[in-house]
Amino acid sequence: MTAAATTTAPQPIPAPVPDPSPPEPSIHDFPLPSALLHPSSEPPTLITQGAEGRVYRTTWVDAGRECALKHRPAKPYRHPVLDARLTRHRILSEARILQKCRREGVAVPALYGVDEAAGLLALEWIPGAPVRVCVNGWIARRKERRRRLADGAVGDESKAQEGQDNSEPAVVAEVTADEEGADVLMDLLRRMGEAVGRLHKSGVVHGDLTTSNLMLRPWEKGKAPSNGHAETEQAAEESLDGEIVIIDFGLASQGTADEDRAVDLYVLERAFGSTHPKAEGLFPVVLDGYRGTFKGAPVVLKKLEDVRMRGRKRSMLG
Amino acid sequence: MLETVTLEHVPTSHSVHVAVFRNVTNAEFLQSQLLSRNADFEYAFIDASTVISRFHLLSAVYKAITVELSGSMKTPNVHSEIISEAYRRYGIQPSTKDVVVVKVLISRDDAPSTATSEDVAKHLETHVQGDPAPFSDDELARLTDWSKLRKYHKLNGVNYVEGIKDEQTKKRELELLVVSAMSLRGL
Ligand SMILES: Nc1ncnc2c1ncn2[C@@H]1O[C@H](COP(=O)(O)OP(=O)(O)O)[C@@H](O)[C@H]1O
Ligand SMILES: [Mg+2]
Repeated sequence: MTAAATTTAPQPIPAPVPDPSPPEPSIHDFPLPSALLHPSSEPPTLITQGAEGRVYRTTWVDAGRECALKHRPAKPYRHPVLDARLTRHRILSEARILQKCRREGVAVPALYGVDEAAGLLALEWIPGAPVRVCVNGWIARRKERRRRLADGAVGDESKAQEGQDNSEPAVVAEVTADEEGADVLMDLLRRMGEAVGRLHKSGVVHGDLTTSNLMLRPWEKGKAPSNGHAETEQAAEESLDGEIVIIDFGLASQGTADEDRAVDLYVLERAFGSTHPKAEGLFPVVLDGYRGTFKGAPVVLKKLEDVRMRGRKRSMLG
Repeated sequence: MLETVTLEHVPTSHSVHVAVFRNVTNAEFLQSQLLSRNADFEYAFIDASTVISRFHLLSAVYKAITVELSGSMKTPNVHSEIISEAYRRYGIQPSTKDVVVVKVLISRDDAPSTATSEDVAKHLETHVQGDPAPFSDDELARLTDWSKLRKYHKLNGVNYVEGIKDEQTKKRELELLVVSAMSLRGL
């Protein structure tokens, strides 16, 4: 969507409500940030619109440099002074944590610009796709492959000899560690765990780990660990090859408490299970990757068992 | 050698012009014009040793323009804003050898500017005693004083950068760290 396309027919502006619970977002809650009203070589693209704000893909400073522009606009239902203070606080917190991560060598987007008054954060654009998209793509291709095999088997004697894998249940079955082709998926899961481990090691807790907040960036030319690695977006997405880059530090905080780290992993575990139910059984591979990244990791994993237990009790009561 | 640079997301009322001079012999004079606020010398004169790349310098220019547009400048004009964004408050020293000059021409309805980039080029040619050089990443990289920058941006404790083998990757990492640090400074 282009910037021009976001302006729709005028809608009635809702009257201010004393209750601070968020109403349904309307276009009026999301005016274009002033920076995007000025000319650029290409029109900005709207990437996502969440409850907290929008992300645009646009250029930064020079026409050849892409950025992700996060905009947290003022919330009309909140008191303006309080709102300005909250927005400022959140933008600054996200910016400072990103800079801390980069100084520690954790793979996160670089910070290009901060305009805390306007609620803007300009970040290095990470090429590639969210891990969510990559994992779902892998599962969809697996299903397609199995379906083709199953269909082929009906009219083809030789294919039928491949046996029970061609049956319909195999097409929809959960992914297992020992099935053919699962190695690349497990490798990706391991790298996810390692990335989270490096983040925790640097003294940052993410607060909202999901497979949407992890990007898979194709290796830069010449930077792949060894030869034969994918260096294009398409190839990376299909082979699940590339570097994990952590994004979205809107809820992150600095800290090293085992409990907070364990909750981070628990949030990821739950999010993974509900986003990728077919691959849920492979999640322990993420934890395996995490285990080796820093000295305190095993303690965090022990703590994770307590956190899980509490989560289970709560859901039984709830 | 004055280059007119088009910045993304900047209104057409603002145009940006940049020149580089090497082996400058009258830096003291240029600095004194800045200090005495001579209106004919409303430029951002910056010591080239503190500039990493086009992106680094233009990030400072972009930030200064957004601050000027929002009416929240902490210094007298957009040029002094650029200087304070880029490197401390004083852009050049009497001892400065290589200079990057930025001029932002602003034309508003209530204050139309009649100056052109040709006027700026001619004025600089007359008053800066030095050799014109291209405003290119290669040229800027040659002039960068990394020890100064590392100290100023507190980059010496950043161990992982020191571990990067590839020199080009290392410089790019440092550039991004400096731009990030710049965007957070004063906040
Ligand atoms: N630096 C970036 N590079 C590329 N895409 C990004 C970047 N930051 C965000 N995105 C895209 O925008 C989406 C939302 O960004 P995110 O930071 O997670 O904001 P939110 O708080 O709205 O979830 C991400 O899932 C990703 O697709
Ligand atoms: Mg997100």
